[in-house]
Formats: sequence, C-alpha cells, structure tokens
Amino acid sequence: MEAFTQAVSILDATLRLATPLILAALAGLFAERSGVVDIGLEGKMLAAAFAAATTAAVTGSPWIGLGAGIIVSVLLALLHGFACITHRGDHVVSGVAINTVVAGLAPTLGNAWFRQGGQTPTLEAEARFTGIDLPFAEALADVPVLGPIYSDLISGHNILVYVAIAAVPLVAFVLYRTRFGLRMRAVGENPAAVDTAGISVTWLRYRALIVGGALCGIAGAYLSTAHNASFVRDMTAGKGYLALAALIFAKWRPVPVLLTCLLFGFLDATEARLRGVELPLIGAIPGEFIQALPYILTVVLLAGFVGRAIPPRAIGTPYVKER
Amino acid sequence: MAGRATLPRWVDIGLIPLINLSLALFVSGIVVLIIGGNPIRAVGLLITGAFGDGQMVPHGEAIGFTLYYTTNYVFTGLAVAVAFHCGLFNIGGEGQAYIGGLGVGLVCLYLDFLPFVLIVPAAIIGAAVFGGAWAFIPAYLQAKRGSHIVITTIMFNFIAAALMVYLMVNLLIRPGQQSPESRAFAEHAVLPAFHEILGAIGIEVARSPVNLSLVWAIVACVFVWLFIWRTRWGYAVRTVGQNTRAAVYGGISPANTIIMAMLIGGAMAGFLGLNAVMGEHHRLLLNFQLGYGFGGIAVALMGRNHPLGVFLAALLFGILTQGGGELAFEMPQITREMVVVIQGLVILFAGALENMFRPRIAAYFLARSERTQAAT
Amino acid sequence: MVVAAADGGERAPAVELIGIDKRFGAVHANRNVNLRAEVGSIHGIVGENGAGKSTLMSILYGFYQADRGEVRVRGQRVRVTSPREAIDAGIGMVHQHFMLVDPFTVLENVMLGAEGGPLLARGREEAARALEALEREYALDVPLDGVVGELPVGIQQRVEILKALYRGADTLILDEPTGVLTPQEAEHLFRILGALRDQGKTVLLITHKLKEIMAVTDRVAVMRRGEMVADRETAATTREEIAELMVGRKVLLRVDKTPAKPDRPLLAVEDLRVVDRRGVERLKSVSFQVRAGEILGIAGVAGNGQSELLAALAGIAAPASGRILIDGQPVPAGTDPHAMRRLGMAHVPEDRLRDGLVPPFEARENIILGYHDDPRYNTGPLFDRANIRQSCLQEMQAYDVRPSDPELPAANFSGGNQQKLVVAREVERDPVVLLVGQPTRGVDIGAIEFIHRRLVALRDSGKAIVLVSVELDEIMSLADRILVMFDGRIAGEMGQEAADERVIGCMMAGVGPEEMAPEPHHVGAE
Repeated sequence: MEAFTQAVSILDATLRLATPLILAALAGLFAERSGVVDIGLEGKMLAAAFAAATTAAVTGSPWIGLGAGIIVSVLLALLHGFACITHRGDHVVSGVAINTVVAGLAPTLGNAWFRQGGQTPTLEAEARFTGIDLPFAEALADVPVLGPIYSDLISGHNILVYVAIAAVPLVAFVLYRTRFGLRMRAVGENPAAVDTAGISVTWLRYRALIVGGALCGIAGAYLSTAHNASFVRDMTAGKGYLALAALIFAKWRPVPVLLTCLLFGFLDATEARLRGVELPLIGAIPGEFIQALPYILTVVLLAGFVGRAIPPRAIGTPYVKER
Repeated sequence: MAGRATLPRWVDIGLIPLINLSLALFVSGIVVLIIGGNPIRAVGLLITGAFGDGQMVPHGEAIGFTLYYTTNYVFTGLAVAVAFHCGLFNIGGEGQAYIGGLGVGLVCLYLDFLPFVLIVPAAIIGAAVFGGAWAFIPAYLQAKRGSHIVITTIMFNFIAAALMVYLMVNLLIRPGQQSPESRAFAEHAVLPAFHEILGAIGIEVARSPVNLSLVWAIVACVFVWLFIWRTRWGYAVRTVGQNTRAAVYGGISPANTIIMAMLIGGAMAGFLGLNAVMGEHHRLLLNFQLGYGFGGIAVALMGRNHPLGVFLAALLFGILTQGGGELAFEMPQITREMVVVIQGLVILFAGALENMFRPRIAAYFLARSERTQAAT
Repeated sequence: MVVAAADGGERAPAVELIGIDKRFGAVHANRNVNLRAEVGSIHGIVGENGAGKSTLMSILYGFYQADRGEVRVRGQRVRVTSPREAIDAGIGMVHQHFMLVDPFTVLENVMLGAEGGPLLARGREEAARALEALEREYALDVPLDGVVGELPVGIQQRVEILKALYRGADTLILDEPTGVLTPQEAEHLFRILGALRDQGKTVLLITHKLKEIMAVTDRVAVMRRGEMVADRETAATTREEIAELMVGRKVLLRVDKTPAKPDRPLLAVEDLRVVDRRGVERLKSVSFQVRAGEILGIAGVAGNGQSELLAALAGIAAPASGRILIDGQPVPAGTDPHAMRRLGMAHVPEDRLRDGLVPPFEARENIILGYHDDPRYNTGPLFDRANIRQSCLQEMQAYDVRPSDPELPAANFSGGNQQKLVVAREVERDPVVLLVGQPTRGVDIGAIEFIHRRLVALRDSGKAIVLVSVELDEIMSLADRILVMFDGRIAGEMGQEAADERVIGCMMAGVGPEEMAPEPHHVGAE
C-alpha cells in the first residue's frame, strides 16, 4: 500500500510538472508544423509568467493574469513572425533574440515595479489558480485503489492542468480534421503548394504563430499563477527548450507530445526520489543524470540511431516565390 | 544575378552595425524611461561605471573589469563567428565554455607539478580539447547524421550544466566545504592579473580581474582572421558555408569541414575557462560561464563575424556589462539584466531583422551611385 | 460548355492575353505579348529556355503581375493578382515542379485550398465522389488514398491535373509537362489532354519539344526573347518553320576545326552504374572510351542520366559498380572530386552558379576552387595571395573575362563571363580529361564562340573532352563523335559526319533506329 501511495503521489507530481511542457510543446507544434522554427518558447513562456504574475498581483484575478500572459506571449509570437515571415530573418536568431530580451526584461521590470529583486509579490490564494475538486472526489477517496487514483491523482489539480490535457485532443482535431490544420501542415511541407492553391502563406503562418503564442501564454501563466505563487527570475529554467526537445522527440505529433511530456515530467518527479537510491546492477543513479536524460534522449533520437525525427520539410526556410 | 548591388564597405561594416546598435540602445532607453529612470543619466553612469570616475572607482579598476568581461565575450563571440562562416549556428557556446573551463580546471588541479611556463600551454590545450570535444559530438551528428546542430548544441548546454553540477558536487568539491567549489589552484597555476604584472615592473594599477587571457584573446582573434581568410582550411569553411554544392564539386568534404569549424569554435569557447577559471576565480566552480555563450551570439552578429568586429563588439558588451553593474548600483530601479536586454535587442536588430534595413540602405546607396555615375 | 458570344455566333476565346509586358529588374521577360486560345483547343507555346513562356503563364495564373496589358477570360476582362483569382476565373496550372505536399494523400492534396468548409469530414466525402467522376471522365487513373510522395512522377502529374479540374478549371496550363515523364507516361498524358479537349476544355501546353507540338496541338504560338513571334495552325506549319521561328535567324554554329586525330584512349568507362539515394538506377551499365585529341559529345534530353554520368566521372557521385580508367589506369573506388582532379580530371559543371562557383566569393577566390591546396597557391599554412591574384588576372585576361577584376564577386559578372571564369580555371590546369556540362547555357553568342574555340584548342593539344549538352546544335558542331543517352543508357553512337539530327532526335526520344518511321508522329498536313 505504501508503494501504491508513493506511485500515486509521483504520478500526481508528474502531471503537474508535465503541464507547462505539454502546453509549450503544443505551442511549438503549431509554429513548427507551419514551417517556423520556435526556439523562442522559453522566452515567450517566461514573459507570460511575468505578465500573468504581475497582472494577477495588481488585479487580484488569476483570469486577468492569464489574459495578460496570453497577450504578451502572442505579441512576442507576432514579433517572431514579423522577423521570420515578413522580413525573412533567421528563425533561430529571432528566437534567441526573444529569449534574451525577455530574460533581461522580466527581472528588470519586476525589480523596478516591485523592488523584490526581480520577483513579483506572492499571490494570495484568490489571485491564483488553485486545485479544484472534481465531483465525488471526497466520497470516493476511500474506495480501494480506484479511490486514491480518482481523488488524489485525477482530482484536485488547478484548471490549467485540465486545460493542458484537454488541449491535446483538441490540437489533434484541429491538426488532422480541420481546414486550418490541413493548410498548416501543408505550408510546413511545401509553401509553394499552398500559395498556388490560392492561400496566403504569410497569413497562414501568422495564424499558426498566434495560436502557438496563446498556448505558450497559458504555459507561462501556469508557472507563475498556478504551479507557483509568484514570478521568480528565470523561473522557466529551460522548460521552453525541454518542451522543444519533447516536440522533436514526439516527431511533431500531438499525442506523442503528451506522452513525451509526461515522460519528461515523470523523470523530473522521480529525480528527487531516486537521488542516491541504490539500484541493483546499476548502482546509485546521479540525480543530474536523470535531469539530463531528456536532453540525452533527444540527441540520441536526432542522431537517428533509434528511430528518426524528420522535421516538416520547409521548416526554417523563408518562403520566396521562385522567378 | 549579374550586377547585384554591392554596398560600400564602410556602410556594410560601419553604418549598418551602428544603426542596429543605435536602435537597440534607443529601445533600451525607452525601457529605462518606462521604469522611471532618466536614460541620459543612465548612459552617463554606465560610462563612468565602465571607465571609472577616478575618485570612488579608480579608472584602472573599472577598465580592468571592463576588459575582463570583454575577454569572455571575445572567446564566445569567436566561437559563434567561426561556425557562422561554415553556415552553422553554434548556440552551444555556453556548454562549450563550461566544459572548456572544466578542462582548464582539471589541468590546474592535477598537473600543478608542472612549472608555470608549462602549465599555461597545458591549460590552453585543456581548454581547447575539452571545449572542442563538447562541440565535436553535435558537429559529428550534423555532419554525418544530419541532426540539426542548433537543437543538439542547445541540448548539450543542458547536459553540460548537469554534468558540471554532478562533478562539482560529488567529485571536485573541496572536502569539508559546503558550496560546490574546488580547492584553490596552486599559486603558480593561475594566470597573473595585469595589476600584478604591472605592479611587478613598478606601475601601480588598481586591482581588477583582467589577466593574461586578454592577450590570448587577441591572439585568438588574429588566429581566426588568418585561419578564415588566409588558409585553405578557412577557405573550405567559407565555401561550405556559402555553397555546399560548390564545396563538394571542389573536392571539399562538407562533413569534415563542419567538424573542423565546430572544433575550432568549441576551442574558442573553451578558452573562456582560461579567463574565468584560471585568471579570475583561481578555482573550479559553478556557472562561471553563465550568459556569455548567448552573449557571444550578439557579439558575433554585431561584429559581422569578423574577428576585429568581434573584438570591438566584445569591448562594447564588456563596457555594458561593467557599466551596467555600476549603473544598477547607482540607480536602484535598474538591474544588471538591463545589459541582457540590450544584448537581446542587438540580436534582434542585427540578426533577426537584418533584412528590414539592409535592402533599403542598399537601395539608397545604389540610387546614389547611379546618380553620381549619371552625372559624370 | 461552349459559350457563343453575341456577335454573330463567334465564340469568345477561352483566354486572351493582350499587350502583356513584364520586367524583372533589367530582364525584359515579356514584351507586349498577345495570345488568344480558343475554347476546346490545345494551344502550344514553344520557345527556347528563357524565351518568356513560363513568365507569361505565371502572369495568367496570377503568380506575377504584368506591368502592362490585360487578361480576358471568355471575353470578360479579369484582374488576376493571385492564384486564387485565377482559380476563380477557371484557370488551372500544372507547374513544372509539382506543387504537391509529399506526405499528404492524393485526396488531401486535391482538397488543399478547396476544402469545402472549416471541417474536413464533409468536404472529404464530396471530394472523393467528385474525383471519382473526374477520373472516369478523363481516364485519370489515380489512387485517392495513396501518399503522393510515394507515387511515380507520372501519377503525381495526374494529381496536379485533378487538382485543377476539381477546382473547376476550364483552361489548363501545363508547363513543360513531359520533361520528367517516361515516353509511356507522356503518351498517357497526351491521351488525357485529348480527352480534356474533347470535353470542351482548353489546354495551354508550354514545351520546347517540337515533336509534342506537332503531335498534340491545334495551334502553336512561338516566343523568342520575350516576344510572341508567331501563332499558327499546327497543321499549316512544319517543324522546320517552328524551329526557325524559335531560334530566330538560322544560327549555324560554325566551329573552325580540323578533323580529329584520335590517339590512345585517355578515358575509359566500363559498365558504370549509378544508383540515386532513393534506390533508382539512374545510370545503367554505361561503357565508352574517349581518345586523346577527341571531343565526345553526349546528347540527350535533360534527365536521362547525363548529369549522373558527369557526377560519377568527377568523383561527386560514387558509382554503384563499374570501372573508370584514366589513361589506362583504373580509378580506385571511393575517389572523391579532389583525388579525381589529381588524376587529371577537370570538370566544368552543368550549373555554374550552383556547383562551379561560390557567387559571393571574389573572382580570385573562385579561380582556386578545387585547386585551393595546390602548392602553387600556398606558402606553408597560408595562401600565397600575390600569386593567386596574379594567376587570376592572367587567366581573366587570357579568357577575356570582363571586367578583369580579381576582386569582383563572381555574382557580379554576367553569365558568359562567369562561365569563362570556370572554363579558364579548369582548362588552365592542363587536365588529361575535361568534363564539360552545358558549357554555353545562359551564355551570350560571343562567349559561346570563345568557349568553343578553347575547347577545340584543348582537343588539338591532345586531351580528351567529354561534352554533355542538351543543345543538339552544340553537340553536332563541336563533337567528333556523338553518344545519345536515353533512360540512363547509351541509345546510340555515331561519328560527326554521319550525324543526322533526325536520327539523333529519335534516339533522344527513345525510338530505336529500327523502329523509326520516315517522319515520326506527324499530325496534320505536310
């Protein structure tokens, strides 16, 4: 029973840790499937985290905070589009620029406005997204096995966790079952085909970036107003890049994105527990190894030794009509 | 194809970077205004911060710090620039510098039976080998397996960070100490600071961390310049960067050239360890490289991947880093991160948005040269 | 489908282009072009490379906007500023490079841009029904659920035609549709085009192959240097007349040369095979010899293995099997271009800007490409810059490269001067064998003559030259012996004296000498 409780608690943590990865990776999915490299997930998430925490602290409403986070993230996505789509700039350089500007700007503004060393004030409970109990959670808690799974693992998360989970089938639906999804997949593979079919490549890519920006905004807001109660300097701590790794690992497909993010979240959740634990044959696994494992796995996959991650064909190349 | 407009050189390497920098500073000025500071005063404080006021902060000390930061930026800027010439975006300067510093540290910790004149070259080799090795794997995967080097170098930054924490916490930490730092290096296993060297010949200069690495940074700039424009290997690097098919036609192996360029880039980043570990901290510790790898991208873009440009851009960022630190001290609403904002804006204007101004400027100069030709 | 116009029952033309003018910078791609295509006809548009055919059709399809002129569809003036508007006006286009999304199915490709609503489900059913009807009507045999990237090229082209028809195209533009097809596929395509015409559709067929024009079109328009120089009933004209109109004046390439005095073989190729990355055999067991003092011309329609042959000989592509011997010595397997050069193989590549030059590099940097580690150009680890500049200047003067400025980037020279730069570099290294691909593509007349003279001079100095060109005139006037390639094989061989354009043309089209008709596939009156 002890092991079971332990497992439920690890999986519970997995879900919480995977949430921002899922949202950010899905955000990246929109950008990259439309042919725009999105190194800037980190920066957009960080900016959204800052905007959400700041706005929630001032207004006392997590929803207005979420809105602010989404707006800021979408604006940065539009900047990315302005550089990469309109001016055919280098996608990676633009992403790095966004990440760098935000990494500097968020603590600078935070410090100027709140004088807490770049941090935002701790949010009251009503200014945050707190856990919501699903119906009958309490009543079912004592049912063996299924009870804890329902009331501890499935119930009790904040709304954004459920949003992230629900986003996966939604994104899959949009991608594979809608006109927008069809065109977006096409423009990432062969923009000329889209152009000659009478569809604007530019506007299509901008729309994909806007959707991605919004998802990334939710991911950022989750970090500062749901998972934590304030913005702290560099609070994304590489999660944007990890989401990018997950996206590649999932070969740019929504359901594998969910599974990969859960795997990465699981590694994160177990890291603290596995630290120093002696395992048979292997010995003690260093926590740092577990931390580095998602990155190592991604490199191995990219190397093509196990499977092959083939990106959308037109990714990273600006669309220029041929003469 | 034929008759494409070529910009006058001074416009290409002078005016355009200047416009980009001005824009970045202009936007930064707006940020300062937003947070309630006076941008003009901020610039004044920044400059005194970078060069000293001669009273509270001696000139020597401030300039020394500025040059110390400059040295770091030169190395990581070159790391990005060399790869750029080969058409590669090396985002991995951060990790390569980190591991390069590890190489320096290991030499200084375990080879300190060597005399100073031998330990310095040993440390240089250590930095180059470790930094290069960290660039090698992404380079190999790009060259032979087609794995996108941007993604792999990012991954390697994180792997480097995890590796260093593991090594420092578990293996290299000085016994009985809390913070993850190694023991201090032996006295002859460090690079002397300029104030010490100058002091030895009787010139008194205020203490600062600028050390012999600055000389090595200048050597590295000259080396990169010679390598890229004066040797057949640099020729191969540029050919692969500009036209891979022509390289293949010309008997140049793109795979080998990519690996060579990244090895040199990684070595350049690794040299940061000389400055930070062997020159300044005199011990191995965590995060001595933090931010310079990404700063190097701004430096390379601003310096248009030319070693002289890289040096000047590094100097600029050295000034901003040192001046920014002092500025944050004087104006509490401004933090050191303001420098990062400027770096980001430089990357934005000089890199991502370079196509926004260049065609317009080119059109202007083309029209002008046509007018002058018509007049004669 | 035939619409009768009010004025006396005369039918309004399906498409009418009036006074179309278009410039790209200094290039005047279309000059005051007029074209009138009747409903229910196949209208050919012929012209050499760069005559302005593709530009004209791209204007009709809304890909570019004309600087001047107007477009009329069935008598109505229309503004076509985007492909969308062209589609709405009933115009469809099958591009030379297919505009298909490889990982998509046929159905998804056809639906793209005509999905029939924000959700795909309903549109998918409708599209499938409509496509099956279209397939039956026009004998377009296409698997709707097949992934396009995995289908043969001929089928992919049918997908493009289906796309246009599904969007309700009445006028279909095909840009060089047979360049990538096998003869059987081309035959099938022409049957489809015939069916389209019979159903009242209008076809605009861009091509440079006269045989196709004569075989399938009702009318033919000829373009030359951006101008429309003729528009005739196909039945009332001859191949010779169209050819003359295309080239303008009869340019008889007169290359002053003495009969070849072939000596020992300098290059021998034995059973050479090249397999591409997708596993397709591009060169099928090719064998031949080239002797000292001889120019061997290799004729053929582009894409029949000539490029692969050159690549294999230059060491760029590794042969799957077979042997190459230079001056009797076998070339070891795995020899790269660098080692090939050392064995005496020089190479003027088919595409100078993509392969032979680094456009942003200065002339003096381009003059050492492939020879950059020659001891002449290096002192120790560093370049001998004075020497490089000096030899660049010498070669530029010797080959009349204008301007003779070693510091000028290659991109800033004209096509002819770029080519002379490449020829200078390769010929001046005194090779044993010179490989030359399309030496005069996009090159002005003066430079053509110059380059031809140089090649003959190299031959006369006792070297072996392999000349690959799609310009039959060039092969016939320059080569001492001619091989014709078709479908990765050598389809025939003949000496210069015996060379007959008609025979070579048939070989290029894959027609063996024994099955040659007196006058192949001629439709209409003589």
